[in-house]
Amino acid sequence: MAALLRVEDLRTYYVGFRGTRVVKAVDGVSFSVEAGETFGLVGESGCGKTTTCHAIVRLLAPSARIVSGRIELEGEDLVTKSQGEMRRIRGRRIATILQDPMASLDPLFSIYDQVAEPAYYHQGLRGRALRGRVRQLLDAVRIPSPELRMKDYPHQMSGGMRQRIVGAISQAGGPRIIIADEPTTNLDVTIQLQYLTLLKDLQRATGVALIFVTHNLGIVAKMCDRVAVMYAGKIVELQSVRGLFYRPRHPYTRALLDSIPKLGVRQPLCGIPGQPPDLADLPLGCSFHPRCARAIDRCLSEEPKPVALNGEGSVRCWLPIGDAAASG
Amino acid sequence: MDKPLLEVRDVQKYFPIAGSLFGARRALVKAVDGISFTIDAGETLGLVGESGCGKTTTSKLVLAAETPTAGSIEFEGRNVAQLKGPDLKDYRRKVQVVFQDPYSSLSPRMRVGDIIGEPIKAHEGVSSADVRARVAELLELVGFRPDVARLFPHEFSGGQRQRLAIARALSTKARLVVLDEPVSALDVSIRAHIISLLESIQARLGVSYLFIAHDLAAVAHLSRRTAVMYLGKLVEVAESLELCARPLHPYTKALYAASLPSHPDEAREEIVLSGEVPSAIDPPRGCHFHPRCPFAMPRCSEQEPALVELSAGHRVACHLY
Repeated sequence: MAALLRVEDLRTYYVGFRGTRVVKAVDGVSFSVEAGETFGLVGESGCGKTTTCHAIVRLLAPSARIVSGRIELEGEDLVTKSQGEMRRIRGRRIATILQDPMASLDPLFSIYDQVAEPAYYHQGLRGRALRGRVRQLLDAVRIPSPELRMKDYPHQMSGGMRQRIVGAISQAGGPRIIIADEPTTNLDVTIQLQYLTLLKDLQRATGVALIFVTHNLGIVAKMCDRVAVMYAGKIVELQSVRGLFYRPRHPYTRALLDSIPKLGVRQPLCGIPGQPPDLADLPLGCSFHPRCARAIDRCLSEEPKPVALNGEGSVRCWLPIGDAAASG
Repeated sequence: MDKPLLEVRDVQKYFPIAGSLFGARRALVKAVDGISFTIDAGETLGLVGESGCGKTTTSKLVLAAETPTAGSIEFEGRNVAQLKGPDLKDYRRKVQVVFQDPYSSLSPRMRVGDIIGEPIKAHEGVSSADVRARVAELLELVGFRPDVARLFPHEFSGGQRQRLAIARALSTKARLVVLDEPVSALDVSIRAHIISLLESIQARLGVSYLFIAHDLAAVAHLSRRTAVMYLGKLVEVAESLELCARPLHPYTKALYAASLPSHPDEAREEIVLSGEVPSAIDPPRGCHFHPRCPFAMPRCSEQEPALVELSAGHRVACHLY
């Protein structure tokens, strides 16, 4: 079966004043998402995960440009689409949930207006059918007494409720894939669990695919089927969730896993030495080598290419963990 | 046994909110509603709870930035509310704070040496050569070379800034440092460094921490004891590892159930709480948690449970026990 969304060798650069500074935020990213699956995109801040998402929906900042690559949604290349064509794709076929629900809801429009808009434009619903659809969407995200609450405005809702409304809006156009960019970062832990459970339920009911962007490996463990780990604009490892947690192959993945405190176990924490690199001034060779304990000479000069793993997925490393024979 | 370093006894903090123009019927926000805990010298107490539960008000009370409406806070055996003049200044020297966001807690116009040196000058009146030497020592303590003293905060990353904030908090030989979500704003790979640094500093200097956070795993890692707060009250206090293994209060159980798994096959008791934290202006009668509690009994809405000690060091406020 063909993948629902296929991103191939995507490069997105931010070009500064008169081209003096080129930030390679996304530098050769390839992955695919199947219908109905949950795909995780993990990495620390500044690794290019959000730029990847914005490139997919073609909502990049003016200074950013897709330099090369393909983004195929059900076989159609989105990179060559005009913004007019994209408007008929965003909301109807791809929806997004952003981190800050206060910033993604318009304070001047009622909840009804905002939830109804995608259904009005993309599904052509009017009048009573539209009202029924809004009620059903609000019901699905468990807003109590939706008939009353749909007349409210965003400021009358709590943070968790607002994020659920954003969830309802993302569903309203009937998309095949939803990109959720750190949707729970601003929520409290018990509200976060409510929200993640809700997203899972929605996914089960509608069969929509989810791209989950997060820096939190706990969310990945709970939600995702497959995961890509990003570092300095590249996917350094792509695996199934279980593969990633039980048998990480890239030293960066291993180090990330070791740096999280585990509940109820008091073992020394190992942070990663150094800082993430400046994307405008990347080190030669593998971008991770200055922080990598396993770096060999080759890592300093030659950039590793993604190597397919025998199960599924890939790793970008000259000396992946667990196969010593692969060194060069 | 010696007296604890800090003893908080039945402390309440109510904030009036403006009612009508003429002040009739003013409502009260009961931000902190009768909490008691102690911190020993060299110990870390973790304080967890969701936003709006009163964690930050508690930290302000401990820092003497707010005065309690009722109850007392004793530090080294003296009531903080009655400290004045030089005594109060000395208290502020001994109790310091590290804030969540290292981007807004360091002045962008001051050099690192001045940021860390200013509290020393203000409190000890020593010569500038001595201040410089102390700053160099502190910078080394948090893992910098002394010559970074002439740089400005914008030349540092988030994790590095947080280390500078820690150096500033320790500059006046503090006995107690309030850590208000010190790692929440940092990246995962940097968090581990800061937590390890805080541990090694405590081992070297014997300073006490009040560690406020919502990341249960980080709290359990750094603190010997953990206190769980809900709507202005402590609902459970226990040894951190004991609390992880045997949470008793339904809210603590839900918090642990809501914390994310460390790998995909980790089995968790699923307790999805309905609803959200109610307002502290008009908290529910009886046990504050009863409207969201899956085990609520009729008694819970009438009578407020007291914090009782069930086993050594494990206190819980719930009618189930």
